[in-house]
Amino acid sequence: MAELKTYNYTPRDFKSDQEVRWCPGCGDHAVLNAVQKALTELGIPKEKFVFVSGIGCSSRFPYYMDTYGFHGIHGRASAIATGVKTANPELSVWQITGDGDALAIGGNHFIHVVRRNVDINIILFNNEIYGLTKGQYSPTSEKGLVTKTSPFGTVEEPFSVGELVIGAKGKFFARTLDSNVALSTQIYIEAAKHKGASVVEVLQNCVIFNDGIHDVVAGREVREDRTIVLKHGEPMIFGKNNDKGLVLDGLKLKVVSLGENGITEKNLIVHDAMEPNPGIQYMLANMRYPEYPMALGVIRSVPGHTYENDLVEQINHIQKDAKINSVTDLLASGSTWKVE
Amino acid sequence: MAKNSEVIKREEVVIRFSGDSGDGMQLTGTLFSDTAALYGNDLSTFPDYPAEIRAPQGTVGGVSGFQVHLGHSEINTPGDYADVLVAMNPAAIKANAMWVRPGGTIIFDKDNFTDKNIEKAGYLNDPVKEEKIENYNIIAAPISSMVKEALKDFGLDPKSVLRTKNMFALGMVYWLFDRKLKYTEQYFEKKFSKKPEMAEANKVALRAGYYYAETIEALNPVIKIEPAEIAQGTYRNISGNAATAWGFIAAAEKAGLKLFVGSYPITPATGILEELAARKDLGVKSFQAEDEIAGICTALGASFAGNLAVTSTSGPGLALKSEAIGLAVMAELPVVVVNVQRGGPSTGLPTKTEQADLMQALFGRNGECPVVVIAASTPSDCFRYAYEAAKIALEHMTPVLLLTDGYLANGSEPWKIPLVSELPGIRPPFADSKDVPFLPYKRDCETLVRSWAIPGTPGLEHRIGGLEKTLKGTVSYIPENHEMMVKFRADKVAKVAGSIPDLDVYGEDSGDLLVLGWGGTKGYLLTAVRELQSEGYKASLAHFNYINPLPVNMCDVFRKFKKIVVAELNMGQFADYLRMKCQEFRYEQINKVQGIPFTIKELKDKCIKILEEK
Repeated sequence: MAELKTYNYTPRDFKSDQEVRWCPGCGDHAVLNAVQKALTELGIPKEKFVFVSGIGCSSRFPYYMDTYGFHGIHGRASAIATGVKTANPELSVWQITGDGDALAIGGNHFIHVVRRNVDINIILFNNEIYGLTKGQYSPTSEKGLVTKTSPFGTVEEPFSVGELVIGAKGKFFARTLDSNVALSTQIYIEAAKHKGASVVEVLQNCVIFNDGIHDVVAGREVREDRTIVLKHGEPMIFGKNNDKGLVLDGLKLKVVSLGENGITEKNLIVHDAMEPNPGIQYMLANMRYPEYPMALGVIRSVPGHTYENDLVEQINHIQKDAKINSVTDLLASGSTWKVE
Repeated sequence: MAKNSEVIKREEVVIRFSGDSGDGMQLTGTLFSDTAALYGNDLSTFPDYPAEIRAPQGTVGGVSGFQVHLGHSEINTPGDYADVLVAMNPAAIKANAMWVRPGGTIIFDKDNFTDKNIEKAGYLNDPVKEEKIENYNIIAAPISSMVKEALKDFGLDPKSVLRTKNMFALGMVYWLFDRKLKYTEQYFEKKFSKKPEMAEANKVALRAGYYYAETIEALNPVIKIEPAEIAQGTYRNISGNAATAWGFIAAAEKAGLKLFVGSYPITPATGILEELAARKDLGVKSFQAEDEIAGICTALGASFAGNLAVTSTSGPGLALKSEAIGLAVMAELPVVVVNVQRGGPSTGLPTKTEQADLMQALFGRNGECPVVVIAASTPSDCFRYAYEAAKIALEHMTPVLLLTDGYLANGSEPWKIPLVSELPGIRPPFADSKDVPFLPYKRDCETLVRSWAIPGTPGLEHRIGGLEKTLKGTVSYIPENHEMMVKFRADKVAKVAGSIPDLDVYGEDSGDLLVLGWGGTKGYLLTAVRELQSEGYKASLAHFNYINPLPVNMCDVFRKFKKIVVAELNMGQFADYLRMKCQEFRYEQINKVQGIPFTIKELKDKCIKILEEK
């Protein structure tokens, strides 16, 4: 592989001259900062970045980036981004979306971009609510959530993003907290480096309509005991005092305390994000408090063919022995006859 | 193969092949058309098939037809009434008897006229008697038993044997019109190159049919259609869908751009996607989307990234694409949306033709949302108008809606192959990399067209989107800015009128009646108007390909006629549009909404009635 070029960018180089209009205290600000930071470390020239979005609070994101950007229509960012990447595979294409944009109105495009494994990086801001339309429940809202359109609580089962990604044959899934800029930056870099559709779920706080929805796991006081940051090749340890871990108990994951019942680090599962069989990754993605810690970090990262690469290869392969090399050849192909 | 029968020459003839949708009638008709075209006849074809792939066997609903009109003189339509009908079963008679010229020839497979099949077709007893066609030239050929006999030594299973029935019938028709079997035999050799026994079986069935017709002197005299007087050049047969696809490929090559198509399969537009998907040799990137919306949205992404981007669909699909067309209008990105119109509303008549999506094309979006709308008028000129649509989209940075229809899409005709060097140049307004800071909505003073900065170009980073914005691309809710931008977008589309040709008149440029049409009805209107002219009526035709904007000379053309009639396959959408755009005239109407084209006869009758009214 060619060595990464350095462009000596600073996050400031990726800030556009637009005033950022998210609510004060919104988790989106931190995501913007982390992404701008991540871009400086990719060795990709600025003109090759394209940010595509749909509709929703998070979808204003491209306006705040001094890169190429396309603010699309509700739910369709996956399709637009697919078109950009297919047209020019040299570009680094990022899709900014939310739980409503990607999983409700854009659900079809979302599962298909993941299935096709188009090499784009999808940052899914999950605040479990519709913010821009001012507080209606979303496809990730917990059952029973009281909102303006569910005044007596929702009666719907929510999607789990990781479960959906794995179900759609996804090869990269990671999760982070909006407030953890250091972890987020690292995850965005890994998502960008992964060849194929990378989905990063950001547990993002909407200060106005769903404030504190992730606090049960993301709150400063409890975070370390209620989340686990997974690292490929490392045993699954978590907790303020690094005293808890995950083991496989039969066919299920189980939280254990190190030092109790003779459990040591050696008994813990070692995280393998690159294992093609998604069985354990699926369980990790679906862990929820209080039974389990919420998994953060790169949960699944499996190499695979990308759509745009295979398409280009197919075109190159066919063109090698093609008899039709121009429109003139095409028009003259097949049965023709001359009138003198 | 010498002929004993007498031979007479005719100017033109119409043949209709019909049978169960599994009987291979589309192939049979296509093979006959190819042979006629290679011989030098002018021709026009029209397939007419059910939406169901295999409707219940033997029922009228399952009848698939293919009509071909060939001539020694210019042919503009697939013809109203057939001189020869091939009917593989009683249901085919039921569906088509009324479309046979009185006294015409009907060939049918006698073996298939069992009591059960006769009943299935809805007859009580002999179809010939019930249809009162006894005095027609009825050829009751035992086609099934003849192919069984001819192929008995081939060791083929009974199903494969019976599958050659259509070739027996085709052989008979070849004899009727004194045609050579060569091209069809070559087709078998190519198609069955890995199954030589199937190639041979089809050849044997074809020849058996030919000799059978000769033996029974199926038609006396035999009809000969001499080659047509056609301009010099190299020709090929082409369908509307293939011509549309090729027009885009040519435009991409001429503009120096890659071609991207994002589409979802839908009848009758699927052929465009299929044709483009097969053109990997020319580097076409074809994307079969998860739905209609993804079709256009991937195209918009590809357009943003600098490709010539197109999406193809039919009426219901256009409805689904509406919001994204609005985005293209707002973002001012080039994209061509092809709508192969079919019978509507809703699922409607998927395999039938209609022109009822005009208002949808012009106005079917939210907000003030003008797009360029153009329409092709013959199967082969789909190439020209697809090319034009791409040229206008790229040079004016606007979505263009190209309207064709089921009749054009599946119909075919001989086409004089154009020279690529003679196609007009295409020059997209690429942004200059020195043009920094790049303002995405800064416009050319003359054309109001913005420039196109392609991602990957250093220094031209910018943002576009569906929100209202200033010339810099900044989101703006300022009332005056919105109104100004709405007007800019409208004026930009209106200014396309400066680069489209004048409206032509077929016939005298003044007279008693001006017939107006648009899109796929041209061949019918032209034939009807020419017949009226030869009968002494002062009638002319003006046919529209450019619908928005309209040609600038339009009203001047209209003024020179006493009466104007708009003929279209809908309830009067173009007439209403003209009433809006050019209010000084009175527009009579001829309308038909049956899923089938006009007939020349009905057009003439209605025109004469209008001419005679005080």
